[in-house]
Amino acid sequence: MAETIIQFQGVKKAFGDKIVYEDLSLDVHKGETLTIIGGSGVGKSVCLKLLIGLLQADGGTIRAFGQEVQTSNEAGMIMLRKRISMLFQGAALFDSMSVADNIKYPLVEHKWGTTGEMDKRVAEVLDLVDMPGIETLRPAELSGGMKKRVGLARAIAIQPEVILYDEPTTGLDPINVRRINGLILSLQDRLGITSLVVTHDMDTVFTITNRLALVHEKRIAFVGTPDEAKSHELRFLREFVQGGRGTLDEDL
Amino acid sequence: MEHLRGGRLRLQDAGEIVLPALAMLTRCIGENAVLTGKAVREMFRPPFEWRLIMVQIEQGGIHSLSITILTAAFTGMVLAMQFAIGLEPFGASMYTGKLVALGIVRELGPVLTALLVGGRVGAGFTAEIGSMNVTEQVDAIRALGADPVRKLVLPRLVAMTLALPLLTIVADLVGCFGGAVITMYEVDVTFTFVFQQMTETIEIPDLVHGIMKSVFFGYFIALIGCWNGLRTQGGTEGVGVATTRTVVYTSVTILTADFLLTRLFLAIYG
Repeated sequence: MAETIIQFQGVKKAFGDKIVYEDLSLDVHKGETLTIIGGSGVGKSVCLKLLIGLLQADGGTIRAFGQEVQTSNEAGMIMLRKRISMLFQGAALFDSMSVADNIKYPLVEHKWGTTGEMDKRVAEVLDLVDMPGIETLRPAELSGGMKKRVGLARAIAIQPEVILYDEPTTGLDPINVRRINGLILSLQDRLGITSLVVTHDMDTVFTITNRLALVHEKRIAFVGTPDEAKSHELRFLREFVQGGRGTLDEDL
Repeated sequence: MEHLRGGRLRLQDAGEIVLPALAMLTRCIGENAVLTGKAVREMFRPPFEWRLIMVQIEQGGIHSLSITILTAAFTGMVLAMQFAIGLEPFGASMYTGKLVALGIVRELGPVLTALLVGGRVGAGFTAEIGSMNVTEQVDAIRALGADPVRKLVLPRLVAMTLALPLLTIVADLVGCFGGAVITMYEVDVTFTFVFQQMTETIEIPDLVHGIMKSVFFGYFIALIGCWNGLRTQGGTEGVGVATTRTVVYTSVTILTADFLLTRLFLAIYG
């Protein structure tokens, strides 16, 4: 069995009166691509943000590489964020900086090397996401798909062991969806990167996933392979996986 | 209004209004104090972010120069006009230069500059940081291993605490010059006479009084602008609301602090 590198155990999280998680328990194995699915607003992205300390859990424990996230000090969190990168939903590129400066940002913060080495690394990761030669452009000059790929280049620049993807394909055209999915797969194959992906897009789920987890009723209701999900007894999961008809039926 | 029954505000109703307002004020002061503490802690952690501070001095300070000069010039001129005419019935219009200089240096220079720069720069800080917040750029700073207080708040705090006193000195000089020119024509005296009168009137404590106030005003402008930016929620609409709130909070804070600081400095310098 693969080594567990990330572990959520009985995690609780609420925003005011709104309880998002009553019992979030989930293991992530080294080298796998685990997809988190669930309806809108159930807290899928919250799960990613809890992991890298952007949000604080109200209870339970979260461990990454043996380190307990909630009790880590600032230096510990900085080290953890060097090992776990995140691609945000809207890419979250810094508008005031060029593409090169955006990608260099984590390299500078983590004192990655000399200016020359960082410039070389920027060119390398831009090449990896198939966007060479755009170093001088500003985020405002990029399309949605290009922003996501630059965001991905920024996320992999520091050579993380885990990448968190928050809705990586939302709002993209089919060509860019395929391109992003291909990049996630190739990062897993070529660099052995573990991926934790939050998405609604079932095509993406079936293309990239080793295991999927369903967030339902404030907890992880299912963890397993996509094939297991299709034949699972939980009707909501079956219908969600088959294209969201369950949600529609319930609404009707 | 429900709280006003028969034109009278009941004690219980007053409590319902006043207590939440006091709680909110206490929370605001507490959050700003915590933010200041974090910024001060980051200031002593190397490397010092000179480049980011210089960018903010340019954007918040140098780019505010024209509006400062314009405001100070007209304030000085209007003040001279009012004093010259107002003092004439008492045969005291010869003292116009003295009063203009004192009014500008001790009060109007620092306060008007702070109000204008506060509106311009404070709102700008909130709009920029608030937009970054709602587009997850602030989260991205943290996720990439940096600290938003160090990258966004500290440079702005240092820049405005340095830039506003310098802008105030410019406002003092321009305001006095504008006042002197108008005094010349309204009172029929020479420029040298007014200039001499002004330099004899203004003493070091007067200058310190005004400039020290502007140090505090600069700090409040940056702090409130950044604090409102960092707590912005609700997309672009939220950014608009936060920006408006910054202008109001900044103005109220500057005027309140002006009263308290004036009282303090008068107690110290007389």
